Amino acid sequence: MRRATRRRLTNAAWAVVLGLILIYMVVPSIVVVLAAFNDKAILSFPPQSWSWRWFNKAINYDDFRNGFYNGLFVTAWASGIALVVGTAFAYAIDRFEFRGKRLLETILLSPLVIPHFTVGLAFLILASQLVLTRTFFIVVVTHVILVLPFVLRSVYVSLRNLDTTVERAAASLGATPLQVLLRIDLPLLAPGLFGGWLFAAILSFNEFTASLFVTGQRTQTLPVAMYTYVREYADPSMAAISTMFIVSTAIILVIANRFLGLQRILAIEAQR
Amino acid sequence: MRTSRKSPFFHWFVVPAVVLAVVFVSAMAALFQYSFREYIPGSIAVGGFTFGNFARMAKWLYVRVFVDSLNYAALTAVFNLLLGYPLAYALVRSRSAILKSLIMIVTISPLFTGDIVRTYAWLIVLGKNGFINSVLRDLGLITQPLELLYTPAGVVIALVQYSMPVMVIILAAAISHIDVDYERAAASLGASPVKVFFKVTLPLSAPGIVSGLITIFAWTLSAFATPQLVGGGKVNMISNMVYNMGFSNFDFPFAAVLSMTALLLTMALLALIRFSAQRFERIGLH
Repeated sequence: MRRATRRRLTNAAWAVVLGLILIYMVVPSIVVVLAAFNDKAILSFPPQSWSWRWFNKAINYDDFRNGFYNGLFVTAWASGIALVVGTAFAYAIDRFEFRGKRLLETILLSPLVIPHFTVGLAFLILASQLVLTRTFFIVVVTHVILVLPFVLRSVYVSLRNLDTTVERAAASLGATPLQVLLRIDLPLLAPGLFGGWLFAAILSFNEFTASLFVTGQRTQTLPVAMYTYVREYADPSMAAISTMFIVSTAIILVIANRFLGLQRILAIEAQR
Repeated sequence: MRTSRKSPFFHWFVVPAVVLAVVFVSAMAALFQYSFREYIPGSIAVGGFTFGNFARMAKWLYVRVFVDSLNYAALTAVFNLLLGYPLAYALVRSRSAILKSLIMIVTISPLFTGDIVRTYAWLIVLGKNGFINSVLRDLGLITQPLELLYTPAGVVIALVQYSMPVMVIILAAAISHIDVDYERAAASLGASPVKVFFKVTLPLSAPGIVSGLITIFAWTLSAFATPQLVGGGKVNMISNMVYNMGFSNFDFPFAAVLSMTALLLTMALLALIRFSAQRFERIGLH
């Protein structure tokens, strides 16, 4: 009897601890959503009256709009380039032996561990020496370097799991190397490619620290525009746009989980 | 299937990667080069070669920021372990699928929402009229608002939540590698669940704990948005000092020196991770 009570107490304590930690993790997001729908400009909890007006204001705010379009532009180019270069290089790592392979791999994976402010400052200095400051070019290059490791890993893992007998079967039936690559390898690798690309795109769109160093007024991405806004104003437009971020990220993750399995994306992240 | 350069498209696969690597190395070389250039006050242009920038590091003003940063990083790592372990344990061992997905969503998804959104959230949680103060005031527990924003405590509270996803992923990986049979054996020999946890599970997850602690330590040292906004200029870490040195003082050579130092620190920590991982393998815990 005493043992059973003690066990129940342990279980209850365990549930309370877990609950408190989960609350700590989730409170910031909940508070942001509450603040976004609060009609008053001054925060109060819980809000007395509700409205959509901060969403309206956020959507119509020029810097957020430009930041959003700039961000899409940079993300599209950066994740696209990273996908093509990363896939090709992952294939080369898996299939070929060549001098300097390890060195090249180390250099291209190193942005995973180098602080983003160091990368940002380095590219700012490089840009100023090449007279490229405040161009989209330098922003895109910085993002490509930062997201490439994730594409590399995702594609590399898929390549390792690829059954090469299919390739040999195709080749023995007379397919040219190019045909094997395009009609056998590419479709089989598609989930890995998509996972790597999606991850790269999300990271690029959200990247803030290095972007703050390399963007200018004309090229600023959404996170940079939001940072500038927070420093100048205190109204809940920021909460509204954050809510849109949280909701859209959640939707993308749920969809990605359906088709790819979050575990595989996390397997990439876990080694960071 | 490994061939050496037999494929007709070998160059197509490697040349783009080489171009990117060259660009990246040039950027890092530019940073390195800048740390040896003379600072001309009030100008973005830099002067000739000098070792002087490194000597300037010796000032207490700058050393203090390094000491503070290491301090916050260590605190963040320890709290991360204390709060992250229960989450990781429940994520791996819970029998309830609902609890598992709840933990997954709550702890892992913040990884994908971005620094600014997550940091801004803490501003309205910790602020003078923020969530915590409003709730405490309404409950009649305080009359004066607590100072949480722009204090080290606030920064650490936000940093712990910021790096939690990474800690949980690392710990969950370590816990899932533990053979459940050891725990069952201990339980069947009469150990209580609490005893099983402290005598079997916890020691067996030591490699994950060590690598988690060091990873979070390094990850926190490179955090920027959280100390920048929650610290509000009153609590500074290395990253904030680098940014201010560049964008307020236009002293890019010294900013370069500071980031090179931060980089070396990170590299040293990574070497430590590798070293400790090898040790654990030798002992045979893994």
